[in-house]
Amino acid sequence: MTTAPMPDQLPALEALPDLPRDAGGPVFREPWEASAFAITLELHAAGHFTWNEWATALSQQIKAAQAAGDPDLGNTYYRHWLTALESLVTEKALATSEALDLRAQDWVRAYRNTPHGQPVKLKTG
Amino acid sequence: MAHDHHGDEMTEPPSEMALRVQALESLLVEKGLVDPKALDVIVDRYENRVGPRNGAHVVARAWTDPAYLERLRADATAAITELDYTGRQGEHMVVVENGPKLHHLVVCTLCSCYPWPVLGLPPAWYKSSPYRSRAVIDPRGVLAEFGTVLDEDVEVKVWDSTSEVRFLVLPERPEGTEGWTMEQLIPLVSRNSMIGVEKARPASGAAA
Repeated sequence: MTTAPMPDQLPALEALPDLPRDAGGPVFREPWEASAFAITLELHAAGHFTWNEWATALSQQIKAAQAAGDPDLGNTYYRHWLTALESLVTEKALATSEALDLRAQDWVRAYRNTPHGQPVKLKTG
Repeated sequence: MAHDHHGDEMTEPPSEMALRVQALESLLVEKGLVDPKALDVIVDRYENRVGPRNGAHVVARAWTDPAYLERLRADATAAITELDYTGRQGEHMVVVENGPKLHHLVVCTLCSCYPWPVLGLPPAWYKSSPYRSRAVIDPRGVLAEFGTVLDEDVEVKVWDSTSEVRFLVLPERPEGTEGWTMEQLIPLVSRNSMIGVEKARPASGAAA
């Protein structure tokens, strides 16, 4: 259970200004932040966008949020990350924003219909 | 212990952000655009990077600040919130204190309830069914597998987490750390010591 070394193919995290990190690499406040981070790395590794495209999308999102009055205390970083990722995903036609919204609603229903302790599963179809 | 809390109630959906990530991930996986196993590999690599340090901060503070320890004993949820570590779902936190003759071990027998605001992502073994079942039946055997061998006269208490109550083990302060500052102590508080499968790192392991 020791911390694994950074993978060789890890993209240039230095290209992302203000990424919450310490000497050991990125740090996350909540599990969903790590998931959003992982999805981004995977989509990039699969060639769905370049790291440059990602860095641009993220910095645009952060600038827009700052312009809209985000106090930028570091605790909203992954909110901007996720919003940027969603917009890049829709821009690249990997999924539509309608599909994302519907899927989130499906998950809410799935949680509310699942007794605590059971695995939450989506009803498909 | 409150096994019955598990069955009766439905699951509360996570935060809006967590739901959005879950929606994105499940859609991309369904379309074959990302491999869920690859995502797990990345997240696992960072499982130690989410929050164990939050818990270590709580423990090291309690070791060095008697007034904080009192507040932690009286109302752990409030004392942890004081340090700005809060779960969105507001789980009730209880701190169980190890001593020379008492060792606590935390498990969630039915699922994997876990105090992630202070401990981060649960490690894979915590979620595994062998750990969940054996921690209750054979806690000393489980501890031994983690290299934690306790004297016969040390009582082992097993705490079963529920959706309402999450436990955090306050390990014993290692010998030879008298006069150490909170910052020096934090690296001794491993994630596993706060689940109770190990003790805090010895003073000599400070650099590890």
